[in-house]
Amino acid sequence: MSLSTTTPPHGDPGTTVVVPDTPAHVPGPARFLGRALRTLWSNGKARIGLTILALIILMAVLAPVFAPHSPTATNFTPYQGPSAANWFGTTGNGQDVFSQVVYGARVSLLVGLLAGAGATLVAVTIGLIAGYRPGAVDEVLSFATNLALVIPGLPLMIILAAYVPSRSVWTIVLVVAFTSWATGARVIRSQASTLRTRDFVSSAVFSGEGLGRVVFREILPNMTSLVAASFFAAATAAVMAEASLEFLGLGDPNTVSWGTILYYAQQQNALLTGQWVLVFAPGLAIALLAVSFTLVNFGVDALSNPRLREK
Amino acid sequence: MPLLSATDVNVVYQPARGRKVWAVRDVSLSLEQGEFVGLVGESGCGKSTLGYALTRMLRPPARLTGGVIDFAGTDLSTLDGEGLRAQRRNGIALVLQSGMNALNPVRTVEMHLRDILRAHARDGEDLSKEAVRRRGERLLEKVRLDTAVLTSFPHELSGGMRQRVSIALALSLEPKLIVFDEPTTALDVIVQRAVMQTIKDLQKENGFTAVLISHDLGTVLDATDRVMVMYAGRIVEDQPSDTLLAGSHHPYTEALLGCYADPRAEEIVLGGIPGTPPDLSLPQAGCSFAPRCTLATDVCREVDPPLEPLGAGTAACHVRAGRVGRTGREDAHA
Amino acid sequence: MNYVLRKTALFGVTLWAAVTLNFVLPRLMPGSPVDAALAKLAQGGQQVTNAQRRAIEVQLGSPHDGLLSQYVQYLGNMARLHFGSSYSFPNQTVAKTIEGALPWTLVLVGTTTVIAFVVGTLLGVYAGWRRGTRSDATVTVGATFFAAFPPFWLGLLLLFVLAFKLNAFPIKGGYSPGLTPNLSVGFLSNAVAHSFLPALTLAITSLSGWVFGMRNNMINTLGEDYVTFAEANGLRTRTIALLYAARNALLPNVTAFGLSLGAVVGGSVLVEGVFSYPGLGNLLYIAVSNHDFPLMQALFLVITVSMLVAIFVVDLLYVRLDPRVRRA
Repeated sequence: MSLSTTTPPHGDPGTTVVVPDTPAHVPGPARFLGRALRTLWSNGKARIGLTILALIILMAVLAPVFAPHSPTATNFTPYQGPSAANWFGTTGNGQDVFSQVVYGARVSLLVGLLAGAGATLVAVTIGLIAGYRPGAVDEVLSFATNLALVIPGLPLMIILAAYVPSRSVWTIVLVVAFTSWATGARVIRSQASTLRTRDFVSSAVFSGEGLGRVVFREILPNMTSLVAASFFAAATAAVMAEASLEFLGLGDPNTVSWGTILYYAQQQNALLTGQWVLVFAPGLAIALLAVSFTLVNFGVDALSNPRLREK
Repeated sequence: MPLLSATDVNVVYQPARGRKVWAVRDVSLSLEQGEFVGLVGESGCGKSTLGYALTRMLRPPARLTGGVIDFAGTDLSTLDGEGLRAQRRNGIALVLQSGMNALNPVRTVEMHLRDILRAHARDGEDLSKEAVRRRGERLLEKVRLDTAVLTSFPHELSGGMRQRVSIALALSLEPKLIVFDEPTTALDVIVQRAVMQTIKDLQKENGFTAVLISHDLGTVLDATDRVMVMYAGRIVEDQPSDTLLAGSHHPYTEALLGCYADPRAEEIVLGGIPGTPPDLSLPQAGCSFAPRCTLATDVCREVDPPLEPLGAGTAACHVRAGRVGRTGREDAHA
Repeated sequence: MNYVLRKTALFGVTLWAAVTLNFVLPRLMPGSPVDAALAKLAQGGQQVTNAQRRAIEVQLGSPHDGLLSQYVQYLGNMARLHFGSSYSFPNQTVAKTIEGALPWTLVLVGTTTVIAFVVGTLLGVYAGWRRGTRSDATVTVGATFFAAFPPFWLGLLLLFVLAFKLNAFPIKGGYSPGLTPNLSVGFLSNAVAHSFLPALTLAITSLSGWVFGMRNNMINTLGEDYVTFAEANGLRTRTIALLYAARNALLPNVTAFGLSLGAVVGGSVLVEGVFSYPGLGNLLYIAVSNHDFPLMQALFLVITVSMLVAIFVVDLLYVRLDPRVRRA
């Protein structure tokens, strides 16, 4: 049957138009982001996640507005439970816990997003190279990825952090980023190698597009939701990892983050002195941040796999 | 008494977002015992949907929204759950589009058979391992397969073999009617012919009523006694197979036949049908083929033609029914 | 058989790579790793004795030998399980310390993981089968919620509520102080009581991964032709759900099981720390607090090797589950 689309005569119901398979069109980044946000917003779970995330970001950015006191000032009576002056009580050093939790959002968000982005960057690089270049390069990179997957993450992070001479937030960001890339790399590699054989890539290569252009203008735009999903998964893992490392005492003891609050709480036996809010609040905050990333990821997953879309 | 008599069957695709699509519209048909009927049409005409509707295998978002499906005295459209499941024995069977994936990868052929027999076991039936094995061997023989296949896993069999196994499993239910949904489309041409021959032989030997759904007119004409042509969710023609190649027919059928070229001819002229099938999410005014029909008249565009006698069968066309002259060619398309 | 050979070779190579990585890590720091370790100790305000220096050199190599001879020496030591002496526990070698802690972790993590896997998989089957219904939503939301709990936080909460406030369970340790470990019923029941809270914590946090994975697999499997054909042939609902859908959906989950062990092990480090449960995780916690490098290195190696072995075992078991890999 020929596919000519002709003007239907008056009174005829509309005819369907058949369009051949076209590769992804690359719109400008701002419009792209706007469209992505709107699509995510339409997914119920993602909507909740975005809301929580927005609130946490707001709290972090406007911390001086929300927090009644400085997080590090030690001018309160230590080991106090919740009171009018200190909504969440005070730490063993006489600091206001509520202000600490508010300011702590900054570090946790920063580490979560940065380490997540770093891990995703490494994952995308390795995944794309391995997926696009079969043969020896792929074999070596795949083996490295599998090895990185198999080595237990937290123990490795512990060892690395323990060896690094300085204790800072950046240590944590780097350590987390360098140990969390493997899952994303594996997924991206398999998608890239599937896309590599698709016709629009072959035609781009034939028409003389260089390697960089093929990868960045043809393959990568078709993997955006996959990369986004990897990012949010990595960010979730990063938030948990950061909190875990700080809880174990491997963070910077002078920064205020949700993990260090819990570290000091454990050191000062907060539970045995009955200060359950000191333990509950930062942990809940960590959980909420992690949940928000996961919920947003539900939306991203549904975008790329129509079978999972909510009916 | 016809074995299957369907009246005013309607199927709607209703996605959560997007418009409703009427895939099968007011279809009525009847099948006699022992007939071999073909159901042809282009992709999207609703033939598979109709097949699934008749066997009550529609999945959301497709829904049977109306009609009566009288099968040997029972209205299938009212059945559900356990009642429907029980109908599968001595009832209607369905063979899927490709045997490639119709078999559970972690179970052997024997296990498949045992699952089926156990699901429909009647009192006193012997379902011991030996009994199942014997039945399996007999069934495999019928579909011309070696008995070693019984203990094989699906991945150990070729596509053609898997399709035959599917047919054998369907036969184990001792069905009165088997719907074959594009049974050979996924196979290569030589295997296609062999499997179709097996299906024809089986139908003659066992006497079940068969419905062959296919877009390949050639295969259908070769195998069947009777052909129904579908277009845009409607049956537009119903004729004995051997009368289809000659005489006048529904314009769509004629156009379809015109699309085939003789590969041995000196010069091959490929025909086509200008235009595209209608958007089934919109209400159809008049005959759905009218926009693409060279014979269409005003009546055609306003009134939906019913199935009326034409030659040895029926067709849904005002022009063929002799009601309007072949006057206007004003609707010819470029 | 090809599959088995491939997996065995993979196991061997990965094992070698992990051991070598353990060798390379401390040497990534500029300067002699031994000096770096000693500097760390000094930073922590500890006095360094000759015995401690010797212990570190065994693990990290004496600075006088070349890299290759250090490597060979290291491999020999690892093969003979000579991990040196720890200074957190000065009266015994690292090997002995680990030996004491290993069974606790094996029992805790082993049983918890198996239980979490089974329960999580069943819940995932249920949620996938009843996709879109309220049961599905409940399971999914519940699993998401619990997945977000940092393991140590959940542990602390359970500790506070169930142990401290309600006195229903012991607060810390693997067994009550004063008892000596033996296989009597009395001791075992005491040990079980102590392991309940850590096990519960671990199970809750690792459960959700299985639930989601299995649910997704179920949804994909339910769309397969063989499920449709089974329905067309009138198989019973339970047969289809379990033998046709779940049985196939399980396969990718089993593959994922081995890989996720890493996360469980990581979680166990935190949970054991919170409960002072005498396993490998707790040892790691102590080692980090004390800058005890020989112990840390040895623990890392033992944990990684155990995981590799577990993954290898799972890979071998997979052959039983999927006939498609059985062909020669």
